[in-house]
Amino acid sequence: MKAPLLAAILALLAPAPAFAAALEGEAQRQPINWVAIAMFTAFVGLTLWITKMAAARTRTASDFYTAGGGITGFQNGLAMAGDYMSAASFLGISAQIFTDGYDGLIYSTGFLVGWPILLFLMAERLRNLGRFTFADVASYRFAQPPVRSFAAVSTLLVVSFYLIAQMVGAGQLIKLLFGLPYAAAVLIVGGLMMLYVLFGGMRATTWVQIVKAVLLLGGASFMALMVLAQTGFSLETLFARAVEVKTQAALADSATAAQAAERGRSIMAPGNFIRDPVSAISFGLALMLGTAGLPHILMRFFTVPDAREARKSVLWATGWIGYFYVLTFIIGFGAIVLVGTQGSYLDGQGALRGGGNMAAIHLAHAIGGNAFLGFISAVAFATILAVVAGLTLSAASAVSHDLYATVFRKGRATSADELRVSRLTTLALGALAVLLGLVFEKQNVAFMVSLAFALAASGNFPVLILSLLWSGCTTRGAAWGGTIGLLTAFVLTLLSPAVWTTTFGLGVAPFPYSSAAIFSVPAGFIAIWLISRLDRSPRAAVDKAGYAAQRVRAETGIGAYAASDH
Amino acid sequence: MSREEQEALAAAVSADPRYVALVARRARLGWTLSAIIFAAFVGYLLLIAFNRAWLATPIGTGVMSLGIPIGLGLILLAILLTGIYVAQANRHYDAQMAAILKDHGPRDAGA
Repeated sequence: MKAPLLAAILALLAPAPAFAAALEGEAQRQPINWVAIAMFTAFVGLTLWITKMAAARTRTASDFYTAGGGITGFQNGLAMAGDYMSAASFLGISAQIFTDGYDGLIYSTGFLVGWPILLFLMAERLRNLGRFTFADVASYRFAQPPVRSFAAVSTLLVVSFYLIAQMVGAGQLIKLLFGLPYAAAVLIVGGLMMLYVLFGGMRATTWVQIVKAVLLLGGASFMALMVLAQTGFSLETLFARAVEVKTQAALADSATAAQAAERGRSIMAPGNFIRDPVSAISFGLALMLGTAGLPHILMRFFTVPDAREARKSVLWATGWIGYFYVLTFIIGFGAIVLVGTQGSYLDGQGALRGGGNMAAIHLAHAIGGNAFLGFISAVAFATILAVVAGLTLSAASAVSHDLYATVFRKGRATSADELRVSRLTTLALGALAVLLGLVFEKQNVAFMVSLAFALAASGNFPVLILSLLWSGCTTRGAAWGGTIGLLTAFVLTLLSPAVWTTTFGLGVAPFPYSSAAIFSVPAGFIAIWLISRLDRSPRAAVDKAGYAAQRVRAETGIGAYAASDH
Repeated sequence: MSREEQEALAAAVSADPRYVALVARRARLGWTLSAIIFAAFVGYLLLIAFNRAWLATPIGTGVMSLGIPIGLGLILLAILLTGIYVAQANRHYDAQMAAILKDHGPRDAGA
């Protein structure tokens, strides 16, 4: 690929074969950007103050896991949107539009459509049955140890793969934006994230996420507004100018007039996006259903007081994320017109200085000079920090709440014990994240995000849906069926071209499709169904008999953990 | 509410035909909307896989292609459907459920 970092950033969010060659390249280190560093320091100051405030109120396990359950739907919606609007989606999607035009929009829609499904089928039931982690819901009527162990292992796997990709991407991005060495960037991200989670728990993590979401939405809105102001607030004019810029570039590249016109027009339609229909549908399924199985997103449902606020959070989240994707679309086309025509942003060969993912960053400079460039760079850094903190918190909860308190101590751990274990786990995870970030610096980790989404869609999603909606589901079915879904996704991803061929260089991949989901999601569902049907154990009878009671609680909220219980 | 009270309430509520009807209504809305967004997204992916040329067709005499309002429309559809569900559930279903719980419960249930 012409721009390895563009691919790297996109790979962080998009499990697509087009980006399989990602994260192999190193970012060019830029000169130290003092404005950006000053703005970022201000952000860090603010978030540390938030953490200090939150720490004073983080006394119990429920404070730590769910901010005491007192977050409003609006706040939680912003925080969920924050978890989802990573630096990768901001820089990556706008950069992809800058390069290919239309394709960026396909990714945006794929990332958004999981949210309505999450709302329609799961949101209120999750809130009504759960307390701290999604395993509370998945194991509600089942024998605790097997289902909790499955959920904890699945959470740790999904979060680890996601986290490695984030840490490596963070190091590369910060090296690029701030001119800091890779190792320093990884240490700063790991260290700050640990402070937030360790002392401030979910309360600090949520507010850091909210602050960052507001900054990111504000900055992106300003950029889109300035772009539209240049074209008289007409999208048609913006697109016409972008097509003209691309056509001129093709002419300068010694294409014939007809070829140039075609290349110019190509940004108005799907280009290199997955052409094979099986892969395209599979990829879409992974994005859509994986969203409804991501532990750090599911955990956010327990921070609001009731099902009503849980629904509102999804509406706000969907609205903000959708709005954000519309902004990135305008920003990407704005970059074609305003950045692609300015020699000062390009290197000798007509590529962007600093790598392809710099489109939005250069656009920030074109619009608001050095100060706004610093602001946007600082927001990108803040974004990575907040996302990494949310991931770490969900993994720490799986270890302390699901494994330690429920499986190991059989529910007899005190809140103080649980809190202590969560904090120890956070320390261990923080250290591990930094270590993995350093180890994987030069590795191709692009497949890891696609793996995280596929695992979430094939393990967590079927287990949650069937435990919530099918009376015949049993402990054995959920624990073993879910594991089979996970394993299928894991093995098929390893055998797919992105890992087999691109990462390990083993030649033609045995599994020809770019995403495992179209096979592994049904595998998860069928395995849970089959094992449950064949399950004649005494426990299976208990599991099935428990459905009616679970159902009425899930639908009504009778006995749901309220904010006051926390 | 004690565990026993909760169980008594849950048993009484689940036998109430109004509860059964309400849950069925809510589930029907949820599944219908899920089917709409699922079909719209899969349809979009199929268009991308099989008929890129059609998506590239310019609208009128301009440069904007059909694919742009369709893609942006999918984003709007996702937001719109979420809005419909939340409005329906928060305005109507919650109140109806609260009324049912109140009829069976010793005090304000649902908490």
